[in-house]
Amino acid sequence: MTLIELTIKIVEWVQALAAARGIDPSWAGFAAEVAIMCVLGGIVLAMVSVAGMLLIWMERKVSAHMQSRIGPNRVGPFGLFQSVADAVKLLLKEDISPRGKDLISFWLAPMLISVPAVMSFACFPYHKGWIPIDLDLGLLYLMAIGSAAVIIIFMAGYGSNNKYSMLGGMRTIAQIITYEIPAVLAVTAVVMTTGSLKMSTIVDAQSQVWNIFSVWGLIAFIIYIICATAETNRTPFDLPEAESELVAGYHTEYTGMKFALFFVAEYTNMVVVSAIASAVFLGGYYGPFGLGGASPVWMLLKVIAMIYLMMWFRWTFPRLRIDQMMMFGWKVLLPISFANIVLVGIWMAFKTLGQ
Amino acid sequence: MANFGNSGYYALLGIFFLFGLLLGIGAYITSWILRARGAKTDMKISPYECGEETSGPTYIQFNARYYVWALIFLIFDVETLFILPWALVYRTFQPMMLALTEMAVFLLILLVGLMYAWKKGVLRWN
Repeated sequence: MTLIELTIKIVEWVQALAAARGIDPSWAGFAAEVAIMCVLGGIVLAMVSVAGMLLIWMERKVSAHMQSRIGPNRVGPFGLFQSVADAVKLLLKEDISPRGKDLISFWLAPMLISVPAVMSFACFPYHKGWIPIDLDLGLLYLMAIGSAAVIIIFMAGYGSNNKYSMLGGMRTIAQIITYEIPAVLAVTAVVMTTGSLKMSTIVDAQSQVWNIFSVWGLIAFIIYIICATAETNRTPFDLPEAESELVAGYHTEYTGMKFALFFVAEYTNMVVVSAIASAVFLGGYYGPFGLGGASPVWMLLKVIAMIYLMMWFRWTFPRLRIDQMMMFGWKVLLPISFANIVLVGIWMAFKTLGQ
Repeated sequence: MANFGNSGYYALLGIFFLFGLLLGIGAYITSWILRARGAKTDMKISPYECGEETSGPTYIQFNARYYVWALIFLIFDVETLFILPWALVYRTFQPMMLALTEMAVFLLILLVGLMYAWKKGVLRWN
């Protein structure tokens, strides 16, 4: 049973129940749907916080593995509860805010920073028919909401009354606007072959062959994953929070739970970009070449693999300089993604001519 | 969903927005209850700039380069918005070669614009 069928069944049941008691059934149905969405929202919220904590643990374990260390191993089995201990520590920390801060920006930024990530989770294809809100413009929505984070990060940088934060905020804007265009152009190649922006349609079109198993798909995937690394501010593109230049960039002045919110948001954003990459290029909930059928386990495995790849990047590539980063975005990625679109167009035209 | 039209889908996103806010507000309230409280000394609330005294205002003028990047971004961002509808109908559009040629011309004009910016040295950061 799909999510929509389940929803309709529950709503009908509630409407019948309401009609039997003399309450307006349409109003009861509306209330039931809002309630279902609230349950889904609660599940997403739980997923976001648990995923954030697990990924921080995973990052530390993977980093340790890459550097021949053991990593956290004291708190709980395999150090699994290390993140919980850290969260409790950060909760108990004193809240210090700098002199001369811009109060509204400084306070709102950590509160809003997880909103784009949570809103993106509403549009992920978890399983066949299991998408909380399957928008017609799903992919465009995901790209748009992903780049909305730039405003919040700049709010944090601007509000802190700290020159390092301010520079970090400015760099974030320059970086994200540069890498957003190639990212959108990369997924445009998939939109052309699928003819839809709906996430479920895009994934279902890959039930036999994933998009990555083609020349244009591979190019688009590589462009997208580079842009995704840049948009989540991860090494080698972590200039906004480069510790050797800017202390901690835009979150220098944040302490305690506010700092923790930024940290969790960074990791949930990783989940978001990994989920988009696996849904658009790696076949979402489908196994390779139609093997294994549709299963949410495939989706989970792909997301974890993508996150592992991004963590691998971190310990493989040195940080770029800002001029190299901007140059790479405008002079390399942008022309390649243009060429890729034309390539897909020619390929599709020849395919239709051949028929 | 049953009772919502197509636009109602977008209204449902509002619920997820509220849940996103809830995460931040919940964290704020929990930490407000549990956190340690200490005296706000003058030293403690000074902006952290590696131990140096802050000199001059933080809200400096933006480097002019950022404006140029923003302008180029604006052009290409609008352009991606033009490409997306084309990409959506490209699969079923007949004749396909016409659509392809038109988009190739459009991209070529944009590429000339990029080349011009490149030649002018706008894309250089120094």
